[in-house]
Amino acid sequence: MFLYRLKRTVKLGVKSLWMHRLRSTLTALGIIFGVSSVIAMLAIGEGASRDAQEKIAQLGSKNIIIKTIKPPEDQSSIGQQQTLVEYGLTYDDAERFQNGIPNVQVLVPNRRLSHQALYRNRRASIEVIGTVPWYPEISPTRVRFGRFLSTIDMHYKRGVCIVDERVVRELFGFDDPLGQDLKIGSDYYRVVGVATEQSAAASAAVNQLEQRDATGAKKAAGANVGGIYIPLTTVKDRFGETTMQVSAASGQTLERVELQEIIVQVQSIDMVLGTRRSVETLISRFHKKNDYEIVVPLELMRQAKDIQRIFTIVLGSIAAISLLVGGIGIMNIMMATVSERTREIGIRRALGAKKRDIVFQFLSETLLLTLAGGVLGIVLGSAIPYFVTQFGQMRTAVTSGSLVLAFGISAAVGITFGLYPAIRAANMDPIESLRHE
Amino acid sequence: MIEFRESPKAKADMPTLQMKNLCKSYQLGTHELRVLRDINVSIYAGEYVAIMGPSGSGKSTLLNMIGCLDRPTSGDYLLGGQNVAVLDDDQLSMIRGARIGFVFQSFNLIAQLNVVENIEIPMYYQNFTEHESNRRARELAHMVGLGDRLGHRPSELSGGQQQRVAIARALSNDPLIVLADEPTGNLDSTSGADILTILDRLHAEGKTLIIVTHDEQIATCAERVIRLFDGRIAKEEYNKR
Ligand SMILES: Nc1ncnc2c1ncn2[C@@H]1O[C@H](COP(=O)(O)OP(=O)(O)OP(=O)(O)O)[C@@H](O)[C@H]1O
Ligand SMILES: [Mg+2]
Repeated sequence: MFLYRLKRTVKLGVKSLWMHRLRSTLTALGIIFGVSSVIAMLAIGEGASRDAQEKIAQLGSKNIIIKTIKPPEDQSSIGQQQTLVEYGLTYDDAERFQNGIPNVQVLVPNRRLSHQALYRNRRASIEVIGTVPWYPEISPTRVRFGRFLSTIDMHYKRGVCIVDERVVRELFGFDDPLGQDLKIGSDYYRVVGVATEQSAAASAAVNQLEQRDATGAKKAAGANVGGIYIPLTTVKDRFGETTMQVSAASGQTLERVELQEIIVQVQSIDMVLGTRRSVETLISRFHKKNDYEIVVPLELMRQAKDIQRIFTIVLGSIAAISLLVGGIGIMNIMMATVSERTREIGIRRALGAKKRDIVFQFLSETLLLTLAGGVLGIVLGSAIPYFVTQFGQMRTAVTSGSLVLAFGISAAVGITFGLYPAIRAANMDPIESLRHE
Repeated sequence: MIEFRESPKAKADMPTLQMKNLCKSYQLGTHELRVLRDINVSIYAGEYVAIMGPSGSGKSTLLNMIGCLDRPTSGDYLLGGQNVAVLDDDQLSMIRGARIGFVFQSFNLIAQLNVVENIEIPMYYQNFTEHESNRRARELAHMVGLGDRLGHRPSELSGGQQQRVAIARALSNDPLIVLADEPTGNLDSTSGADILTILDRLHAEGKTLIIVTHDEQIATCAERVIRLFDGRIAKEEYNKR
């Protein structure tokens, strides 16, 4: 019985909506755009959020990264032809972290240099990472073929290297890189392993997130086509500890930097923030110049999450407002429909329709309109992020939650904005309605 | 469900509907417009009653009152012994839907719906199954001579045909009382005669018929004529047959 009524009511609703095709379509458009913009906005927000989260997660949520940065230049040094600037993290710092902070489980000191690498007649600018054998423990970098650095390499300062997959693509083409010799600077290095290239994305993420003045080496890192891992001892031995830097403001400057970064890993995530404070107090005691910075991926992750949440809320509310406007449009049309069909309402009331029958009739018409708009909106809303990804090079993620949300909102809009006109229709006096022309 | 069908024993003396000192007035600003004054009337089951009177004398108002579409300002209206004044809106809708068939002064068909669908409207609000109501609507359409117009919209029908649809619709819920407000008012004499034939048949079937009309000719078909003048019952006469 109920199903029959529902069927009849829906049929009737479709019929009268169909009578005013253009009007119904225009009204539904408001909902279609509203729903699709909610979905698309949430998808774009979600995509950006996941992107940032993944990049940061690659830095390691249990890691604390202490980086060398170039301190603000001294006024006195300007005008001089050649200066030697000494700054940044030192091996002593590394030792102090290792011994002075109890929670440190793994400590990796890194040297990072921009350089040209040569294989046969091919050349590429790469980032040389002087590191230790346990580097993979604190990084998502994995060895694909061959091996990573060993303690023996370290001890004998051997000329070996691990190249990442980008370097393989750039320099080796179809050659098997394992066992080949690569020239960096004036020395040759034998390739003993191939690593994944995630580190590039990770360092890019850090560069994106911190918008401070970075050293030349770091700036160049963006332009490098890949990374090559070399024993820290070997780098120290062959490249020395001085990097020559040409700076426009003060002519030539010689810079002496021992370590570009020290990465510290703690046992568990809840120790991260406490350890960060210990690191900060410890390092500030020995570095009077502001030549370091501490990057905590966990904090970045939380910040990014907060920013994303605000971003999503703002986008979502803008979209929700457009949905609201669509809802008001529906209400407007339904009010017009009700007054247009006053006579019909009178006839139905005279022939035995109860108030609730009239409410049901008009409400179901509104619901049909909004739900149809909702379904089309979901289709359109899922298509928009696809095109954004295709043509805008932007990551998007349509979550089932956002579909349910958008559909729920459109149903809610239908009920909210349909109820008032429907109740108004039901409450009209039957005789007045019958007399209405 | 309100039960107001009289018991067989009471049938002889208890009227189907009874009005006692019924008044209806409209408040127009400070002025009170009294449309119906002190109406006292009883109508029994199976009667054929014509209501006549000049335009504006309150015929339609009285008919709406009988059909539970309107409520009296004062006085009592008993329908099958039940005082209508105490019923709520849902109960009045129920009575209209189950026991009363309306034929309006202007046909009042719904333009979007075809003949069958229009006839189905009252059944839709009663407990008819889809199949049942469809079958019955077709039957009634045949009965009023529109068997070949089932799928037509009102705009595709002549005035007389529309009025016949309206009558079929009024009968679809198998009402106890059929109310018709000038059922032939907009029709030529042949179409009017068709309608009258249908009404006579209904009377013969035992329905209570109350008809508003300007036409003395039609009034002679009825058993009783109630003449309204300025909201009062001026005269009540029984036609001899
Ligand atoms: N809602 C209303 N407000 C004010 N006055 C009303 C209202 N409804 C009806 N009237 C008045 O009541 C009087 C009776 O109206 P009614 O429709 O009953 O007349 P009628 O006898 O059916 O006339 P006709 O033969 O022209 O159909 C009229 O004078 C009309 O102006
Ligand atoms: Mg009238």
